[in-house]
Amino acid sequence: MKTLNVNGERLEVDADDTTPLLWALREHLGLTGTKYGCGIAQCGSCTVHLDGVAVRSCVMPIVAVSETTQITTIEGLSDDGSHPVQQAWAELDVPQCGYCQPGMIMAVAGMLNATPDAGDAEIDSQITNICRCGTFQRVRDGVHLAKEITLKSKGELA
Amino acid sequence: MNKIFESSKADGATSGFNVSRRGFLVTTSTLGAGLALGMTTRPAASSAASLEEVNAWVHIATDDTVTIRIARSEMGQGTLTGLAQLVAEELDCDWDKVTYEFPTPGQNVARERVWGDYSTGGSRGLRASHQYVREGGAAAKLMLVQAAADGWGVKASDCSAIDSVITHGPSGRTTTYGAVAAAAAKVPVPAKVNLRDPADWHIAGKPLKRLDTADKLTGKLVYGADINLPNMLCASIMDCPVMGGKLVSFDEGAISSMPGVKRALAVTTDEGTHGVAVVADTWWQAQSALKKLPIKWDLGPNASYDDATLTAMLEEGLTADEAFTGNWGGDIETAFASAETTVESVYKCPSQNHAPMEPMNATALFTKDRCEVWCPTQNGEAALAAASAASGLPLGQCEVYKTILGGGFGRRGAGDYVHQAVKISMAFPGTPIKLQWSREEDQKHGFFHPSTMAKMRGALDADGNLTGLHMRISGQSILAGLMPHALVEGADYLQFQGVIKAGLNPAMDDHSICYDIPNVMVDHAMRNPPIRPGFWRGVNVNQNTIYMECFLEEMAHAAGRDPLEFRLALMKNQPKSAAVLQAVAEQGGWGNDDGMGRGLAVLHSFGSYVAACAEVTVDDDGNLDMHRIVAATDCGIAVNPQQIEAQVQGSFVYGLSAALYSENTLKNGEIQEDNFHTYPSMKIASMPKVEVIVMPSGGFYGGVGEPTIGVAAPAVLNAIFAATGKRVRQLPMKDQSLRA
Repeated sequence: MKTLNVNGERLEVDADDTTPLLWALREHLGLTGTKYGCGIAQCGSCTVHLDGVAVRSCVMPIVAVSETTQITTIEGLSDDGSHPVQQAWAELDVPQCGYCQPGMIMAVAGMLNATPDAGDAEIDSQITNICRCGTFQRVRDGVHLAKEITLKSKGELA
Repeated sequence: MNKIFESSKADGATSGFNVSRRGFLVTTSTLGAGLALGMTTRPAASSAASLEEVNAWVHIATDDTVTIRIARSEMGQGTLTGLAQLVAEELDCDWDKVTYEFPTPGQNVARERVWGDYSTGGSRGLRASHQYVREGGAAAKLMLVQAAADGWGVKASDCSAIDSVITHGPSGRTTTYGAVAAAAAKVPVPAKVNLRDPADWHIAGKPLKRLDTADKLTGKLVYGADINLPNMLCASIMDCPVMGGKLVSFDEGAISSMPGVKRALAVTTDEGTHGVAVVADTWWQAQSALKKLPIKWDLGPNASYDDATLTAMLEEGLTADEAFTGNWGGDIETAFASAETTVESVYKCPSQNHAPMEPMNATALFTKDRCEVWCPTQNGEAALAAASAASGLPLGQCEVYKTILGGGFGRRGAGDYVHQAVKISMAFPGTPIKLQWSREEDQKHGFFHPSTMAKMRGALDADGNLTGLHMRISGQSILAGLMPHALVEGADYLQFQGVIKAGLNPAMDDHSICYDIPNVMVDHAMRNPPIRPGFWRGVNVNQNTIYMECFLEEMAHAAGRDPLEFRLALMKNQPKSAAVLQAVAEQGGWGNDDGMGRGLAVLHSFGSYVAACAEVTVDDDGNLDMHRIVAATDCGIAVNPQQIEAQVQGSFVYGLSAALYSENTLKNGEIQEDNFHTYPSMKIASMPKVEVIVMPSGGFYGGVGEPTIGVAAPAVLNAIFAATGKRVRQLPMKDQSLRA
């Protein structure tokens, strides 16, 4: 039994040590929002956060994830779809087929965790997810809108 | 007052109709068992008398939730929302209370195809169903109003309806659709309905948000890959890596003790595929075991086939005496004999895979008298037929539950993966089996966009006018491979998409050439290699438009004429094509002297008129920077302009990924590119800014998902020429220098 700390819960996973985190999440914990796209860390559909940092879970064996590492999946990004990136995505109708979007959203949210004022250069270098529908223009606009939403919410809080 | 006229609010929140946006699926439990499918959260529509069903398209609950049935598949292209807008427009319901569901293919069979064609491809989603879905919405409205009038004992003609509220004019009484839906279901279906003029639309024609976005942002949307049924087992499959090869043997004992493994089994299909599947508790276990399974293949007659064989076959076709003629007019030989200048060029486009983000999958549950399949498919009825064929059970004992697709692009019109899933499930009666392909399997066993070549010859007179054009296409016929019954005396007219003269073949008039060329010959030497061909977003316009639009620019340069002016001179009787071309030239800065290389392309296909102007620079090392694309679409009637914008932008990513990177290469009969590291796709950093001009001229419904993909590559290739003087005639560009 392996213990994983997922979306704020300590969960037991009865899986082989070499099982990639992606498949532990999908098949052992029923968290199917994280997607399989390539299995070799090329496409980013499987992106989750480990302690707030975007990671491609398809090549991360569960043995490499400590019990204290906080894993966040798309299901845990917010309780109700209200994370600024999700809000921006809804506002701009970003997804087409949507299959890559949980990974895309987690990649963007991870980038903004580390670089809240990420500009186009950071987007170009850090958002390397593949989207075959080609939603990139709205993804880019969505990153900028998410930053605005975050700033506004902080302004209101202050 | 009749009970049905109690308002929905007075009636209270009726239990049992807790309908969410996601409509047809699921109750989620985040942990443990995962997802329990709730296909029956909606009453089965097999009973036409179902109280809430006003008609096949419209289902109204007492809380005024309107569920619109969508027969076509949703794969990202937005058809679901567009079709719902068309129904809701005529229904005059409250858009904020609209949700959707996919009636099953089995229900369609049982109800004599009341929902028509389920097939979703060829940019037909709206343009081939707008009439009957609008009529469905309009009929439902008449029935609802009639039911209200009957209840009040007044004339229907004194009643009106808007936003799901029915008002009796003289008395001011009101009721809601939800309150009268059950009575409306019993009203005779109106024999005739009047449809609203698009100029008066208030729901259709508007840039409304998609109905299917919310659950795509939270991970809740259940794709085929996410299906989880009680006691389900998972399967991974490997087909013979060479098309036409066969399975000899495999050593199940070598993996039988691996964790979770249930068994390994041979899987053959009617489509001539031969593979091995491993079934295990989880997919990861199945896939891990499959990779270790010793398998012996008989690679068959194609094991020596490689790129050189294919290229030689295509090159032979370029000069072959016999070819199918698709577009012919004037006297081509005299035009060349009397030409002042002739130009000849050979172009080549590669074989390509669809590579949707969600690899192929299907879940099947077989018992001796029933076969059910859950899957992402572009053709629910074909999936049902595949389930029936594979299981040997009649259609009436089979059912398919469609999910939203994680991309399709033409790949998911095929039933191969359904066939395989059913075959595997037959070895486990009563146990659901989810077959999930690996990305590698998806890359190697596609229905591939065929490689073609074209030999282009053009003739100019002394004044630089194009007097003759011969386009010889050599390559694989998709129809010959997939639907030979669609050939006409052996010829594949689809091969002439975008380059065929209007009127020569009525089925192709939605793809007619934009130019009037006095002497023209477009012909096709059909050369079919042992590779499975398929419909790939845009189909044959992808290469045909590259060949035509790049070569016309070559001719313009040979004539010393401006490529825009050169084209427009040939488009005097093609006002819609000329209009989109002029629109992109103007907004794209055609003629500006600012260091940018600019290229144009124009196309009529899938019923729409489209054009693009690309703006690029190429540095001294040959690195391409695509700064901006201006793309115009005249689709006649625009049902959702913001989704048209999204489709057009996406089509440039798909089309330019193909032009820049995508290529299947064959070695010993096997496709070499097995994942995204060798079959790259465009990322955000490389996408040019795409400015979309939606310019609907009215009067017709043109397609949207595909047309602009045709102009993506040629506009950029022409811009590269303008920037560098280098004419790229072979794709993809990834391994070529863009500096001469």
